Amino acid sequence: MAKYLLRALALIYLLFLLVIPVGLIAWRTFGDGLGPVVEALTSDEALHAIKLTLTIAAWAVVGNTIFGVGTAVLLVRHDFPGKRLLNALIDLPLAVSPVIAGLALILVYGKFAPVGGWLEQRGIQVIFSIPGMVLATIFVSLPLVVRAVAPVLEELGVEQEQAAQTLGATGWQTFRRITIPGIRWALAYGVVLCMARALGEYGALAVVSGRIVGETQTLTLFVEDRFQNFDQPAAFAAATLLALIAIVTLLLTKLLRPKGND
Amino acid sequence: MATTQTSTGTGVAAPAPVDAAPDAPPARRGRRRPAVGTGLGLGTAVLYLSLIVLLPLAVVVWRGGKDGPGYFWQAVRTPDSWAALKLTLVASLVVALINLVMGTVIAWVLVRDRFPGIAVVDTLIDLPFALPTIVAGLVLLALYGATSPLHVNLAYTQIGVVVALLFVTLPFVVRTVQPVLLELDRDMEQAAYSLGASQWVTFRRIILPNLAPAMLSGAGLAFTRSIAEYGATVLISGNLPFKTQVASVNIVGRIESDNIAGAAAVSTALLLIAFAVLILLDVIQRWAARRG
Repeated sequence: MAKYLLRALALIYLLFLLVIPVGLIAWRTFGDGLGPVVEALTSDEALHAIKLTLTIAAWAVVGNTIFGVGTAVLLVRHDFPGKRLLNALIDLPLAVSPVIAGLALILVYGKFAPVGGWLEQRGIQVIFSIPGMVLATIFVSLPLVVRAVAPVLEELGVEQEQAAQTLGATGWQTFRRITIPGIRWALAYGVVLCMARALGEYGALAVVSGRIVGETQTLTLFVEDRFQNFDQPAAFAAATLLALIAIVTLLLTKLLRPKGND
Repeated sequence: MATTQTSTGTGVAAPAPVDAAPDAPPARRGRRRPAVGTGLGLGTAVLYLSLIVLLPLAVVVWRGGKDGPGYFWQAVRTPDSWAALKLTLVASLVVALINLVMGTVIAWVLVRDRFPGIAVVDTLIDLPFALPTIVAGLVLLALYGATSPLHVNLAYTQIGVVVALLFVTLPFVVRTVQPVLLELDRDMEQAAYSLGASQWVTFRRIILPNLAPAMLSGAGLAFTRSIAEYGATVLISGNLPFKTQVASVNIVGRIESDNIAGAAAVSTALLLIAFAVLILLDVIQRWAARRG
């Protein structure tokens, strides 16, 4: 009896919090067929938002992947003073509101801040422009690749790497032929997580981008802008597109999740 | 952690290559071979982290506190910010408590129950982490907004804010309790039953004490996520000062009205609360590890 009560309680909670709301948005989006959806997503503004979102996410993923793999190797394979501190600081972005991340970047890279002013004189505008949006996206997704790769690297051990080096492989060869293949699934998992977070970031970008329509408007900002301007079909279409990306991400992470984590 | 943060703030103010240099010699002393490589890699990693995360965050805290504690307190006590902070804390506390119960129930059902489609339910739990927060807000507004098919209009209400926060924090308690429940030794439970304990007594005396640390750390994470949330609450809250405006929305308002010092003060307050909770969680985990 208690068993069925608990089951019903859990399922009803999930139904009303998660399943019906997400289903409803899909239903409303496709309620009038595919035509209006395609139309809403191929307007100049929408296309620009999609392109910008992909560009920013690509930069952030490249940056955080290089940083993530490098830092994971440092943390797992090397000893240095301050290692525990570095390890703790990497998780900092997860504890910080995206809004504060945006404010933090403005305070350093804004036009009236020392660093931002210096860059401005050299013709590089960071805030209210793409570089600042890339920085904000990197900020919020920074720990994801490190945290996916480090435990697998730890488990992999050093024996194969040492064997390769004994046989005369250079550091780079060992890394490319032994280390990378060993961590490839964890790396893919981290990259997928990072990509999803980068495509879906809203708060930090809302602060840093200045929300200039057709210029610094990403897909998430487009959703908010369309909704606030009572253009629900476009808002719903873009939201459904983002939700589809999220579901694909979910299935990919399910496939890629390192074994033993379950 | 709050103190570590300020201390790194000052360390970071120096250019990172200088940071990397003193690191190199001890690495060489430590018999580890590629000292130059380590130093170079470490320098690059620290520089990247510093330029994007540490230096900017340090500047927020510095800007929030630079005019002294009196000014900081005054900026935080501005009526609209104070109301926003209070709402954020109360709503996050409610969200943490609901998650504590419902997250444990869901984890329990996922581990102990069997029914068709349970694997799908298990996958769905992570959806709130994958879904962009603004989409989460929009999705909830579709069901609980002015055009609600259920005729439940939570738009521009504090309950709406709580529902939005419940959505984005759903996975925390489920995903911390689930593995502990899976590993839990069932012999103890069976012993309790065979000695005549009821289901409820067994749960309260045998299972709950084992789950408590995981439940608390999950709820703590849900709390820190809630006080930081922006995207999910911005649409459903309607951003009404003194009524539905949460702290992160208040911060954005201050940034947009060019009150950067005020924004930095409220941000610093939020950061301090988040770090206090994280330290508390760390203490709970250590305590649980010592007991276990």
